Amino acid sequence: MREILKDLERWRSQGKQIAVARVVDVEGSGPRLPGAAMAVNEDGDVAGSVSGGCVEGAVVAEALQCIEDRSRKMVTFGYSDDDAFAVGLTCGGTIHLFLEPLDW
Amino acid sequence: MADLFDVLSTAIKNEEPIALATIVRGEGSGAKLVVLANGSSQGTLGNESLDRVVIRDTIGELAAGTSGLRHYGRNGEARQDELDIFIESYAPPPQMLIFGAVDFTASLCRVAKVLGYRVTVCDARPVFATHQRFPAADEVVVDWPHRLLDKVGAGLGPRDAVCVLTHDPKFDVPAVLAALKTKVGYLGAMGSRRTTIDRNQRLLDEGASQEDLDRMMAPIGLDLGARTPEETAISICAEIIALRSGRVAPSLRDADGDIHRPG
Repeated sequence: MREILKDLERWRSQGKQIAVARVVDVEGSGPRLPGAAMAVNEDGDVAGSVSGGCVEGAVVAEALQCIEDRSRKMVTFGYSDDDAFAVGLTCGGTIHLFLEPLDW
Repeated sequence: MADLFDVLSTAIKNEEPIALATIVRGEGSGAKLVVLANGSSQGTLGNESLDRVVIRDTIGELAAGTSGLRHYGRNGEARQDELDIFIESYAPPPQMLIFGAVDFTASLCRVAKVLGYRVTVCDARPVFATHQRFPAADEVVVDWPHRLLDKVGAGLGPRDAVCVLTHDPKFDVPAVLAALKTKVGYLGAMGSRRTTIDRNQRLLDEGASQEDLDRMMAPIGLDLGARTPEETAISICAEIIALRSGRVAPSLRDADGDIHRPG
């Protein structure tokens, strides 16, 4: 979250609701290492990234859902995904993200 | 739980080592613990025995500067899989010491800052070693390089870099000798082929071993055909990345395998 710290602090000082997605595990060839983070605020503004741009659009939708229902969840994106997620990583790896509201 | 983020962000801004442990799967998902290098902590993952085990493991991750997912039982039991806990280390930024206040130094400062280094420029000549000339540097020190290394060398480690750009044997021989005594991960020295041969001989005369010379990247930088100070800075930083990852740095086109390889 180091890279998005300034955005997080600014949004917090503005009283915005925020959700943070963090890469917690990578299998195979993944673009970003564990710890890469992306944040979304209630207005849909985005800071940071968790991949090379492949899954960020889907993460925004998940993050807004987190803000709305105050939920936490793990989300997995992979090349061979044939479940609910239509997007995947073009580099062939799998990334596991943890999403949660910034309420701590 | 309101304060943990502030504790974390304050420590990161102050460049104090700190780690964040979060339950990401299992009972108590979202519970957090922040841990400092001395083992003091705030927050809880739910129970004391789990906290105790995770604090111990987190201190280890923090010392290594690594982040990753670990699996535990509900009370911190090893070899169980009831909880996934993500431990994220915020180690202070790596350091780059640049010796020699020359044009190449200003460019190297800028590129090193892009890569997240804390950059110190050191030169014994007060006319050249000024903040005005190196606005990107975190610190500009007027001193002999080897004297600065005597002071800060013990704090250098595998993530750090020493770049000797003076190409004046009067400065760079003692600087390299002092850098060789540290655990710095990257040591490079600028100069022509002739300067390099001359410097290597001087270093051997001063007691350096062949092994010491092999540790030093000289002439500094990858063979990119760099000419300008900016291009040279890229070639130096690219060499640091390649050395750290143990690659020979060919072009992607001419290599096989995954672009993002693990490790």
